[in-house]
This record gives sequence, structure tokens and C-alpha cells, in this order.
Amino acid sequence: MTSLRILVPIKRVIDYAVKPRVNATKTAVTTSGVKMSMNPFDELSIEESVRLRERHKGAVADILAFSAGPAKAADTLRTAMAMGADRALLVELDEKRAGESDLEPLAVAKLLKEVVNGEGCNMVICGKQSIDDDSGQTGQMLAGLLGWGQATQAAKVEVQGDEVLVTKEVDGGEEVVRVKLPAVVTTDLRLNEPRYATLPNIMKAKKKPMEKKTLADFNVEFKKRLETVEVIEPPPRQGGGKVDSVDGLISRLKELGAI
Amino acid sequence: MTPARLIIRAIRRPGSIIHPFQRPVLLRLGGQRFNTTESHERPATTATATTSQKKQVRLTAESYPNIKRDSRFAKLTSEDVAHFSSICPVLSAESDDIEAFNTDWMRKYRGQTRLVLKPKSTADVSEILKYSNSRSLAVVPQGGNTGLVGGSVPIYDEIVISMNSMNNIRSFDPVSGILVCDAGVVLETADNYLADQGHIFPLDLGAKGSCHVGGNVATNAGGLRLLRYGSLHGTVLGVEAVLPDGTILDDLSTLRKNNTGYDLKQLFIGSEGTIGVITAVSIICPQRPSAQNVALFGVNTFEKVQETFIRAKRELGEILSAFELMDDTSQRCVAQVTGKKRPLDGEETKFYVLIETSGSNKEHDDEKLEKFLMALMEDETIADGVLAQDETQARNLWSWREGIPEVCGHWGGVYKYDVSIPLKELYSLVEDVKARFIEYGLLGEGEAVVDVVGYGHMGDSNLHLNVPVRSYDKRVEEVLEPFVYEWIQKRRGSISAEHGLGVAKREYVQYSRGETELSVMRSLKNHFDPKGIMNPYKYIKT
Repeated sequence: MTSLRILVPIKRVIDYAVKPRVNATKTAVTTSGVKMSMNPFDELSIEESVRLRERHKGAVADILAFSAGPAKAADTLRTAMAMGADRALLVELDEKRAGESDLEPLAVAKLLKEVVNGEGCNMVICGKQSIDDDSGQTGQMLAGLLGWGQATQAAKVEVQGDEVLVTKEVDGGEEVVRVKLPAVVTTDLRLNEPRYATLPNIMKAKKKPMEKKTLADFNVEFKKRLETVEVIEPPPRQGGGKVDSVDGLISRLKELGAI
Repeated sequence: MTPARLIIRAIRRPGSIIHPFQRPVLLRLGGQRFNTTESHERPATTATATTSQKKQVRLTAESYPNIKRDSRFAKLTSEDVAHFSSICPVLSAESDDIEAFNTDWMRKYRGQTRLVLKPKSTADVSEILKYSNSRSLAVVPQGGNTGLVGGSVPIYDEIVISMNSMNNIRSFDPVSGILVCDAGVVLETADNYLADQGHIFPLDLGAKGSCHVGGNVATNAGGLRLLRYGSLHGTVLGVEAVLPDGTILDDLSTLRKNNTGYDLKQLFIGSEGTIGVITAVSIICPQRPSAQNVALFGVNTFEKVQETFIRAKRELGEILSAFELMDDTSQRCVAQVTGKKRPLDGEETKFYVLIETSGSNKEHDDEKLEKFLMALMEDETIADGVLAQDETQARNLWSWREGIPEVCGHWGGVYKYDVSIPLKELYSLVEDVKARFIEYGLLGEGEAVVDVVGYGHMGDSNLHLNVPVRSYDKRVEEVLEPFVYEWIQKRRGSISAEHGLGVAKREYVQYSRGETELSVMRSLKNHFDPKGIMNPYKYIKT
């Protein structure tokens, strides 16, 4: 079996249990004073990498957790290391510098390509999307830029020799795809159940190496291609009404044009 | 919310693979919302509730044959109904909905009321009581009807005064944090309202989606935030109540300090509707903490649990907001019933402790908590532990504590005791009860008793002793009672720490209260309610 050097990209996002609020200027979602956590799909990616190591003794040589974000993304990377990543790389973004506060998927993919080449990774396991932007593009773009195969929305991952078998949940059943390494795999919700960070592992994670870089260290062009026109809250839910009888229900439904 | 968030939320519901547990908010049964009031405890699962729905709940009057209808009370006439109808909306005996007011959420108690009144204002309540008192008609004030001791439902034909329609928030002062609201405001509604203002209701319990603020005060509910914010006797600043003769007692003070005579509102806190109807409360609400952490860890002995508690108080200080104890049996039950993977997968320990911190500065809290936990790990006071990394994990860890009452009913039934015991001996009760069941040959595979479970609010010296059984059995009851009560009496504990007395505990109050105390209580009751019309047959024997 090929010795695996896995890269797991991680994004620090608003905690999924927190209700996001739109800022006053309607340009973005408020993040200050809001609880931030690891993107849930990225948690699955880390968990899957660690499970690959546990399943295939000696096959996983390296698990590198990577993030590009504010200085506090270091906490998220520590969590990844407490879950089992070996080391971390943080590209610290200067929020005040134009274009750095919100990297677009293509920019992230280009950045990841540089990291893959620089670190000699042969497998990227990343979340199929981040729950803040919902772009769902980075993994695919990265595979394209690298010229690697890709298997998206993984519900099950098996490594066999130099191939990866990925099961995806599709309408009406499952689809199994085979991809040759090196490859990009994106993770779906039901892939696994991420573990808790145990206290001994949190202690160990403190001693694991974390390298810090800035965008200037990479030879990548970060041009903005997308423009956010407006960010608005979904309309509030209308309250329900009561009807007196079945006939009342039917006539009400007819009134609404539902039947 | 982005679609992905919605998907994750939808998928992370009970039964799904990822994070299968979410805090159940409320439970619908027979058209009415049911939940617990006096404790943070959870109602039985929806599944068990619906299956038992077909079976008629036994009348409380039959379960307690020694409680006879008091002949002093008049019987309801059609003139009475007509008079009440002129005061406020009523539900009469012909309505199907009346059963929901007669039965408690656990489906343990059922009364025989033929009239439910829904006052809209304090003046309505005053009119109702004035008339009832003059006619000697007994009444039961009812909030969210989520109690655990049968205090909120009638036994015979007492008229139910439902506070559902009195649900206005009267005022909130963001500077002092003082909230004034009607008694019928649902706790969660109050808390959500406060959240928008950056404040928090100083009480939290599992039934928050159904229980009323007035009911919480009337039963002196304890719950999950007591360790941090203290009991309602401290946070409630004022009460507006209607006395049995219709007099309105306006003690709705918004003052923190008021040393002018007897503190009358205190009498209403925990009075369970026996001396008047609480119609509004004013309560001081703290700032909502912006940072929370949850950790769960395994501890091998009760001595070490105590040591952990002392150190948590010392080292976490003001940010400690919960210290919950769970024994190994309770955790095994949760794992077995829910099928979830246990958070700590190493060797099993005798005890598990859940700690929550709440503060205003995440970095500060993280540092404190981490230092505290690492020190405990290093000197092996705790055997293993996990720290929640996000909100979902925090909720999941809580589910291992909050899910216990629910899973204990899984095998068919459960005997519940909610007791206060001096901390040092908190867990000995569980061990002693277990030893007794073994001695009597009632515990084990195929026997009546499944196991003996202990958990509770360590921070408040409050233990929940639960005995899950395969079926209710007289022999089990004989082993438990009066043994448990005598055991508690010997240690000067309380036989009801936060659930109150209601019907369930009124026979046993003497184990925690002396004759002198009881006689003062009786004369107080007699002073306020000489005709005895307020929530009769409950609380203490008159």
C-alpha cells in the first residue's frame, strides 16, 4: 500500500449551533463576539484521516492540518491535532488587508496546491463545503489544478493498494467510485462520527509542531472574482392557523391553491 | 441560515448517526404540552408517552384511598359556572380538552375537575377567588402542569385556575436587569426575551418550553443554574399574589434591598398554591455569559469526586456554572438505551463528572479550565476526560447527564427520589439501597429491579436516586420505603430537594420537618386560607 501523506484543510467558521446574524450594512454575517468552531465537514475529514491510520497500521506517514484564517484559527488547528493530526500549518491572514479577509474558493485551491507540492502530500481529504459560504468548490478546483482524480461526497472511504474506493450516497442508493492515488476526497455528513478531544490528547497537541506563514510566502495571485451584492436574513416563518373541521381544512387549502 | 446548516441540523436529530442527541424541548401529548416543572428532569420519551396514552390514567383518588373528599367544600352548580363565565373564559366538563388539565404529564395523577378557568388579569383572579371563597369551592392553580409530585392537578372536583392566558412581559430594565412578568409566561419565552437584551433567566430546567415562571416560583424550582445564580428565594424580588379571599397582595417590588418588615413574598416561593395564586413576579436577571465550556471526565472514587469539587470551586471560582455527578450505572443505562458511543472510551470509572463554565471572556475561561483539568490529570485525581470543542459537542456531553431521567423509564417503570444529603454521604444512599435490593434478591436479570442509579447536582448536595424497574412491584416499594426516608432523616437531609411536596410527598414531610415547624406551617396556612380552598389535600396535612 502506498504510504499516505494526507493534507486536511480546515476552516474556522461560526459554530453550527449558533444562529448567524446579518450585519447592519447587509454585506456579511456578524462574526465578532460569536462562537467559532471547526467547520463540521472538516471535523469529519480529520476523523477519517485518523481512522485510516488506525485501520492501516503504518500506512499513514503524515497528517497535516492546514488552515488559512485569522490568528485564532490556531485554536482550531490545535483541536485538529488533539483529534490526531500530526502537525499544523497556518497561513495567517491579515483581516485588514483588502482581499485577505475572505479568500475565494479558487484562491484557497491555488494555495492548497502550493501546500500539496511543498509538503509532498499524496492525498487531500477535505470537507465538501464550509457551512459559512456553502460554495462547495474548493476540493474540485484543487483536483483540477493538481491534475489529480477526485471522489466527492464520501460516505465511506477505503484505501486498497494505490487506489481509494469511495462510497457516495446518491438518490435511491449508493454509488461506489474508484480513484487512483494521488487523489482528492471530499467528505459528506455520514462518513463518521468525530471523536471528542480527550484531555491527554489536548496536552499532547500543545507540543505538536505548528508552522505559521503568510500569503506573501506563496507565489499565488489572489484576485477577487466574486462580488457580494447583498446578504439578507431569510424571511421570518409565518405562524400557523387553526381550522375547525376537515372541510374547513380542505377549503382553506383550496383557497391557498395547494390542492 | 445556510442550507448546509439546515441539513446538518436536520440530520443531527435523534436516531441519526452523527450526534444523535439534541435537547428535547417539549413533548406533545393529548394536544397539550407536557414537561417537568420543578426539576431539570426530562419527561419520558414521546414513544412511551403515546403508547400509554390509550390507557386511562388511574384517578389519584383511587391511588390514595386515604384522601377523602372534604365535605366542607361545596359542589359546583350551574349557577357557579354561569358566574365564572361572566368573569373569564372557561372550559366546562363537556369539553374534551378538560382532561389535559386533569392529568399530569407523567400520567401518574388524574383529577376529576369539571371546570377550568382561564383568567386574563389579576382582577379576574381576584374575582374568581372572592367568589370561590364565599361559596367554599376548592381550587387548584395550574401553570405549565409539568410538576413531578402531582401538585398541579386536582384530586377531586377542585376548579382548575389555569394561568395560560396571563402571559405578558410587563417590563424589563436593562440597567438593573430586573424583569417583571405575568405568572403565565413560559420560562423559555422569558429567557429568549432576555437573551435579546443580553441577559439570562437565573433558572433553567428541562421543562423550560412548557413550564410557567409563576409555577417555577410557586414550586421554588431548582434546576441547572442554581449553583451559579442561587435559588429563587434570592433572585425573586417581588411577587404579586391574590389571597384566597380575593385580596390582591401587591408585593411586586423591584428593589434589591427592602428591610421593612416581614418578607412576605418568601412565603409564596415554594408554597405550591396553598396560600394564594401568584399572578406576577419580579426577578433579577444576570448578564448572559458569552463564553461557555463543557468538560466530562471519569473519576474512580467518591473521595476524588469531592476533591475535584473543592478544587473546581477554588480554581474555577466565579466561572463554574455546573458540577454534575453521574455514576457508572447511569452512563451504562444511557449508552444501552440510546445506543450512542460513550464520550470516554477508555476503561470505565465509577463516577463521571460534568463541569460547565460560563464567563464573559473565552480566552480567560479556556485558560483557567485547561489549567485546572491538566492539573487534575497530572496528579491522577481524574482518570480520563474530554473537553467539548464546539457547541454541538457541548450539547452532546450534556445529553449524557440530561438523558438519564428519560432512559431510566426504559424498562417499564422507575422509582424516583430527589433528596438533599450532606455532601460527604451523598452517594452512600445509592450503595445502601443497592445492597438492600441484593439482600432481598430483587436485583438482577429477570428480577423486578434493573439497577440502582445515582446522579445529581453535586454542587447543590442534591442527589437523584432512581430505581429503574421492569414493573411496579409492592416488594420493591417495601424495600425502598420507609428505608430511604429514614436514612435521610438520620442525616438531617431533605426528602424533597427540588421537586416539592404535592400529593406524592405530603405523607413523608415529617422525615424532614419537626412537629414545631409543621405546626407553624399549619397556622400560616390557616391564617391565609381559613376555609382551606387553596390546592387542598396536598403539601402538608392540615
